[in-house]
Amino acid sequence: MSVTILGPLLAGGETFPLYSFRIPAGFPSPAADHIEKHISLDELFDIRAPHVYLAKIEGDSMQGAGIFCGDLVIVNRSLNAEYGDIVIAGLNAEPICKRLHRRDNVVMLLSANSKYPPRYVMEGDELVIWGVVTYSVRDHGRS
Amino acid sequence: MAGRDQVFALIDCNSFYASCERVFRPDLAKTPIVVLRNNDGCVIARSYDAKPFVKMGAPYFQIKDVLRQHGVQVFSSNYALYGDMSERVMTIIESMVPAVEVYSIDEAFADLTGMPGDLTTFGRTIRAAVYKRTGIPVGVGIAPTKTLAKLANHTAKRLQAHTGGVVDICDPVKRDWVLRNTDVGEVWGVGRRMKAHLETMNIKTAMDLAEADPWTLRQKFSVVIEKIARELTGTSCLELTEAEPAKQEICSSRMFGKRLTAIEPIKEAVATYVERAAEKLRAQSSLCKKIRVSIRTGMFNPEEAKYANGALVELPYPTNDVRLLTKAAVEAVNRLFRPGFKYSKAEVLLMDLRQPGEFTDDLFAQSQPVTAEKVMGVLDEINQRWGRGTLRTGSVPAKADWWMRREKLSRCFTTKIDKLWIVKCN
Repeated sequence: MSVTILGPLLAGGETFPLYSFRIPAGFPSPAADHIEKHISLDELFDIRAPHVYLAKIEGDSMQGAGIFCGDLVIVNRSLNAEYGDIVIAGLNAEPICKRLHRRDNVVMLLSANSKYPPRYVMEGDELVIWGVVTYSVRDHGRS
Repeated sequence: MAGRDQVFALIDCNSFYASCERVFRPDLAKTPIVVLRNNDGCVIARSYDAKPFVKMGAPYFQIKDVLRQHGVQVFSSNYALYGDMSERVMTIIESMVPAVEVYSIDEAFADLTGMPGDLTTFGRTIRAAVYKRTGIPVGVGIAPTKTLAKLANHTAKRLQAHTGGVVDICDPVKRDWVLRNTDVGEVWGVGRRMKAHLETMNIKTAMDLAEADPWTLRQKFSVVIEKIARELTGTSCLELTEAEPAKQEICSSRMFGKRLTAIEPIKEAVATYVERAAEKLRAQSSLCKKIRVSIRTGMFNPEEAKYANGALVELPYPTNDVRLLTKAAVEAVNRLFRPGFKYSKAEVLLMDLRQPGEFTDDLFAQSQPVTAEKVMGVLDEINQRWGRGTLRTGSVPAKADWWMRREKLSRCFTTKIDKLWIVKCN
């Protein structure tokens, strides 16, 4: 009879997080069967992906879309911008954050604040879409 | 079968450092850029449009006026930014091809053997993906050997407008055209000296080298040049090396931001370089048995007295303990330092490296205590989590006036949360 040692099963496979509460001597933890993966904002925002970048917003023109002065935005460069998306773009070489829009075949950059009128992209303007905003993060003053 | 039907690609970033500076500065898309070396000494990178005005390696103080005159934007080297952008580029390439050898911060070889479909189209796909996701333009050279891939890449760059940045020379007709139209000095691995030697033998183009007799080349020069010649004919001799072999020596050296005359700041600087070198040592999980420290004055100013000296310290046992290494290095500085000189540079070299377990000492030889390993493990973990230099030896200052000069440093857009790119909303 030949015996093949298989080695420890699952070695190198997925490792599961162990919850850090101690194992009680008497009763097994009722949570032990419900261990799940840890929550990770890195994963949610995908900020470790090579095409995802962070930027900081200065100004109040996107307030209506929930992006305030000082907020962080998560920017994805691999997405193709569609009309309706909030984008980071270079308009005549200046980086800006606006909503990309189209009306009657004219491309427009919309603010989300009535103080700022829509900006029509005209001939002679140079618009380069840098990336699409996927999330934003705000500091509520207790960090 | 080895060597048959293999296909390699060399993917290389165009003017990488300058391109990185442009990613977060759309206003500089059409402005020529140069990047200065450590300490703002001389030019180490130029954007295409800066090349007509500046020579590579030109000292900054000599060309300041020329740069201003032509509106060239100057940057100090921002390695935090370049390193991060490089990692992004390499990750994207790795996700698209079967195997990658990261050859330097801005170039990678890829194994395309057995990839279906048209390879030029695939090259363009890589180029487009990298550009879209990072903003960094790359060139792609595709060929049956690494040396030819490098040459194809060079051609792609040289004839950018014509080739769209991608050149595939797997077809022998195309390959021969490139070989005939490339100077032998442009071939990977042929240095200036070798080029001069070859030219005396009437080998002037890459084609001449490919057609030279391999045996003669081996006898006259070396097996290396013979391999290069064989690679040029399409016979693959160099394989993809995916895992970088552990370094045999680790060096950390830097010019001081200003001349130093006292011993204390020199000790601090040396301790700082040791810290960095020891970090690299542990990252490749090696131990070192010897450390060499050298200090010197400036060498070019005729007015200044010159002095340069080095000391080799043998450590009691192979170690990666920064505390022990620092002690040895500082002691070396005590021995080397002579008052009355203006010092400009120090260097720390870790030598006689070994992998733990790979060497056998005699039974009674001392070895590194286990506690030291543990302390170093914790040190690296803390610094990885909270940033380099969070936990350091007492000899390393938090801030010092001898630090590298980097007056024209751009922001660390991608690596520091308080230095992020700022986008206007108005």
